[in-house]
Amino acid sequence: MKPIITAKDLCLWYGSAQALDHITLDIPENSITALIGPSGCGKSTFLKTLNRMNDLVEGVKITGTVTYAGKDVFATDVNQLRKEVGMVFQKPNPFPMSIYDNVAYGPRTHGITAKKDLDQIVEQALRDAAIWDEVKDRLKKNALGLSGGQQQRLCIARALAVAPKVLLMDEPTSALDPISTSRIEELVTQLKDRYTIIMVTHNMQQAVRVSDYTAFFLLGELVEFGATESLFSQPVDRRTEDYITGRFG
Amino acid sequence: MRSRFDEQLARLNSEMIAMGALCEEAIALATKTIGEDRGDIRKEVIRISGELDQKERDVEALCLKLLLQQQPVARDLRQISAALKMITDMERIGDQAEDIAEITAYLGGYQGRETEQIQAMAAEAIGMVTDSVDAFVRRDMALAQAVLDHDDIVDGYFTKVKQSLIAMIAQNGDVGEYPLDLLMIAKYFERIGDHATNIAEWVIFSITGVHKDSEL
Repeated sequence: MKPIITAKDLCLWYGSAQALDHITLDIPENSITALIGPSGCGKSTFLKTLNRMNDLVEGVKITGTVTYAGKDVFATDVNQLRKEVGMVFQKPNPFPMSIYDNVAYGPRTHGITAKKDLDQIVEQALRDAAIWDEVKDRLKKNALGLSGGQQQRLCIARALAVAPKVLLMDEPTSALDPISTSRIEELVTQLKDRYTIIMVTHNMQQAVRVSDYTAFFLLGELVEFGATESLFSQPVDRRTEDYITGRFG
Repeated sequence: MRSRFDEQLARLNSEMIAMGALCEEAIALATKTIGEDRGDIRKEVIRISGELDQKERDVEALCLKLLLQQQPVARDLRQISAALKMITDMERIGDQAEDIAEITAYLGGYQGRETEQIQAMAAEAIGMVTDSVDAFVRRDMALAQAVLDHDDIVDGYFTKVKQSLIAMIAQNGDVGEYPLDLLMIAKYFERIGDHATNIAEWVIFSITGVHKDSEL
């Protein structure tokens, strides 16, 4: 397995509170990695660190390194980094504009203006996010009129439109019904051929169903990382076993 | 945390113990009918075998309910899936005890060197069944391994019984169906040993996550 993102001795403090404690982790390319752990364990903080969504927050101190494709992310231009490492949030957050403009937003900010090019990018991104057939006849309609599940797939399309290499997902299905959830899970599984996906989830069964690798965080520490199948069948650390079997957390 | 789930798992364990105890009783009673022609005991074996059929369905339903409601992983998943496999072997043990009891009706209480050997074989098979279920409940790897090792002893008895029966036929050609009936009984005990071995292999899986056959 070839790592696309590597964290080494990564520590992070919000003021005096330490949120990450010497995290060393290789994220394998073209695979799905699930980050699990109880609330406050640092998994979302870790996810956000990967595309620098918290190092610019006041009072945050970071030590250690994170590299993406061999380059130090903290020395990379944030806009460029976020183009390659996209993010999908827990709650669908389409912009209050048309479906088309939502998807075209990223490419436009990166300088693509020709309608023909944008049309092509928008269609491809919507197809990749498995929502094209549902919205192709109403691209000019406001995105806020879509259902929650459709909005989330639109947000995935928006993230894909700038051709990222990595998609970070922070509990992408926790606000969705079971059918929308399974569509997103299906979609994520299809996307891993072309993208690397890192997903925070509180749903153990989702981690088992979808991910190739799982990292278990506890109190800011990375307790265990490994192939999902072996982590969920024979966890090495007792704390992992206790957490995934619901004995604490 | 998860105290209800833990209670359900404890209930699963007690159901397994109860099934194991019924298996032992069925084999012990079936063995008794070898030396004594007792229709009442035979009926009891048939009743216990029926009870084992019912228990298998009950435990299966409990396991499926736990899988559905609790979506277990890791050790819990192994324990429940091992139980699901083990009950099939336990139910078969009941059937075989019943088969033995049915055949002994034709022996008319016959006793000889062969029946003594078969009774010793039965004692070993009962021990294997007891130990395999105990190993599951106590998560005792060494005891499960001991059951696997014990199977050779039961197989050894089967060979001895077979040799005795060959000698029996050689000495007296008029023995009728006795040797065939006794050979079938011995074969059933040998199969019971195999079922206990299967159970022990699933116990080892529930502890280690690795089944013997998957190592091949």
